Amino acid sequence: MSDIRPVGPAHPETEQDAPADAQVTAVGVPEAPPLQERPEQPDAVPVKPKGRRDKPASLWSDAWYDLRRRPLFLGASVLIAVLLVMAIFPQLFTSIDPYDAKTCVLANARQDISAAHWFGTDNQGCDVYARTIYGARNSIVVGVSTTVVTALVGGLLGLIAGFRSGATDTLLSRTTEIFFAIPPILGALLILAMFRTGNVWTVMLALAVLAWPMTFRIMRAAVITAKNQDYVMAARALGAGPWRIMFRHILPNSIAPVIVVATINLGSFIAAEAALSFLGVGIRSPDISWGLMIAEARDRFLEAWEPLLFPAFMLSLTVLAFIMLGDAVRDALDPKLR
Amino acid sequence: MKNTATDVLPAEGGLGNEPLLAVDDLHVEFVTRGGLVKAVNGVSYTLQPGETLAVLGESGSGKSVTAQAIMGILDMPPARIPKGEIRFRGTDLLKLPEDAKTQIRGQRIAMIFQDALSALNPVFTVGWQIGEMFRVHRGMSKRDAEKKAVELMDRVRIPAAKARVHDYPHQFSGGMRQRIMIAMSIALDPEVLIADEPTTALDVTVQAQIMELLAELQRESNMGLILITHDLGVVADVADKIAVMYAGRIVENAPVFDIYRHPAHPYSKGLLESIPRVDLKGQELYAIKGLPPNLLNMPTGCAFHPRCPYRQDNCVTDVPELYEISPVRNSACHYWREVLDGTDG
Repeated sequence: MSDIRPVGPAHPETEQDAPADAQVTAVGVPEAPPLQERPEQPDAVPVKPKGRRDKPASLWSDAWYDLRRRPLFLGASVLIAVLLVMAIFPQLFTSIDPYDAKTCVLANARQDISAAHWFGTDNQGCDVYARTIYGARNSIVVGVSTTVVTALVGGLLGLIAGFRSGATDTLLSRTTEIFFAIPPILGALLILAMFRTGNVWTVMLALAVLAWPMTFRIMRAAVITAKNQDYVMAARALGAGPWRIMFRHILPNSIAPVIVVATINLGSFIAAEAALSFLGVGIRSPDISWGLMIAEARDRFLEAWEPLLFPAFMLSLTVLAFIMLGDAVRDALDPKLR
Repeated sequence: MKNTATDVLPAEGGLGNEPLLAVDDLHVEFVTRGGLVKAVNGVSYTLQPGETLAVLGESGSGKSVTAQAIMGILDMPPARIPKGEIRFRGTDLLKLPEDAKTQIRGQRIAMIFQDALSALNPVFTVGWQIGEMFRVHRGMSKRDAEKKAVELMDRVRIPAAKARVHDYPHQFSGGMRQRIMIAMSIALDPEVLIADEPTTALDVTVQAQIMELLAELQRESNMGLILITHDLGVVADVADKIAVMYAGRIVENAPVFDIYRHPAHPYSKGLLESIPRVDLKGQELYAIKGLPPNLLNMPTGCAFHPRCPYRQDNCVTDVPELYEISPVRNSACHYWREVLDGTDG
């Protein structure tokens, strides 16, 4: 994990004179913009004025038009944008590099909030604020990569199963049922126990192995619905081959539910990563993960609540942001809910 | 550009005695949980270039299934074709490999559907969908294909075609959508066009416009047109000959004029008498009694006998053959003479 260490010197205990109000601003960044922007939205009801634009309305442009006017979507987007910046450039938020062992001074263990340590310090005397910021990357990487892998694998297999039906479908569907029978946390524990190390990729693998059947089912159902539509028969009658029918006529008409579920699941994957890291089989020390931080802080919770509460708060906020985004995307893509 | 269809099939012209399209003793069955459904039982008809054949019959009579068998778009299984031939310029389509059939579909035989809204892909613009025909089969560039799409939309008389080429199907009215569907189907100048109830979902004035458009396009290109419908009024003006189907069989086969004047099968007669007429205003409208047969449990003998006013004892036991009334007419009724006589007076 050395690749994620930012360049530049670390500043152990040299931030004593940081202005007190800066702390408020920095902490407030993630949640402040959506709260301020909400009242500015004209109305939450998506009433569409007629002739509102000259561009024709496809499902996607319609959904995008709808999304841009949803406070829920805007709030979630701003939150996620901040989280993404935090994951890619954590140096922007803190000058302390928590991966540098010199930043942890055991003598400073379990300090309260101070100008030097905005979120206090943990059992090892490390800065909780810096660790919380740096924890965003692993959460987001696990969430996004698991989502992409499950959407691709589950989506592709679902497309094949729904389109081919018959023996292919039976084989794939029965296989997914085996995966559905595995209790998720137990299954992930077993898979992760096979690895000596724990990092984002092992966690991603464990989650993806258990989660792809869900995407598979949704895709398969959507494909079967689309396959029996008249336009698929019309396309065949006008000479489209099976590949063209599959990717040009069926896929674009069945991808929407997969996108919705993928967005909603992204938050769940982040939560699952934290749970597995908390249990000690996910991301392991010295790597940083919110779940791991919560696990390390829980024994001394009554003496020092900061090392537990701040990563837990960030975790909840991140999961909430992605679930809110998923909700907004679902509302925009499902015409029945309009 | 690839065009293997021309390698497989005889070129245009030089028909000899072979009609453009000949369906010969076609049988189609569906394997269902309830048993074997015999949807088509020995249907035969022929089509010449420039000719319009109307296939008439109520829902479940097998007229659409026959058309889908010609196109090769039946889902097999559950469908299967135990017997029969579909010859296109002398080549049996049922024996062709799938990729050769894909080449024929759209290029040489095309089809339009009843509900044009659901037959158009909702996520692509109409221009993209019409242009797809040229991109896939003719290897045209996106730009040329779009130009062709506008030309075709003009040809099927969609107003302001150039402005509407980027619109989506749901932005068009029912009649306009059917025109787009027609534009797609005639894009590659097919020799046979099958129209499966093209006007059923439209209101009466639009129906007439669509029929007129189809007839005009047919005159321009001399294609053979198979018009599947349950509406006798729609076909009277445009069809050359009519095949009436009942329970998966052709019960009467005749030039359009003959069948309207002197139907030779009790079912055709019943259909004609059920058309509302101004001169019979105030009287009760005739209806054929009973219901179409359950294809899982077909009546013995003539399938129409439970509903037939001309029924005799042998109708219950003997399946009537397709009797030849004249060189161009057939009727599958033991008592076709009586039926003909009954309409003479």
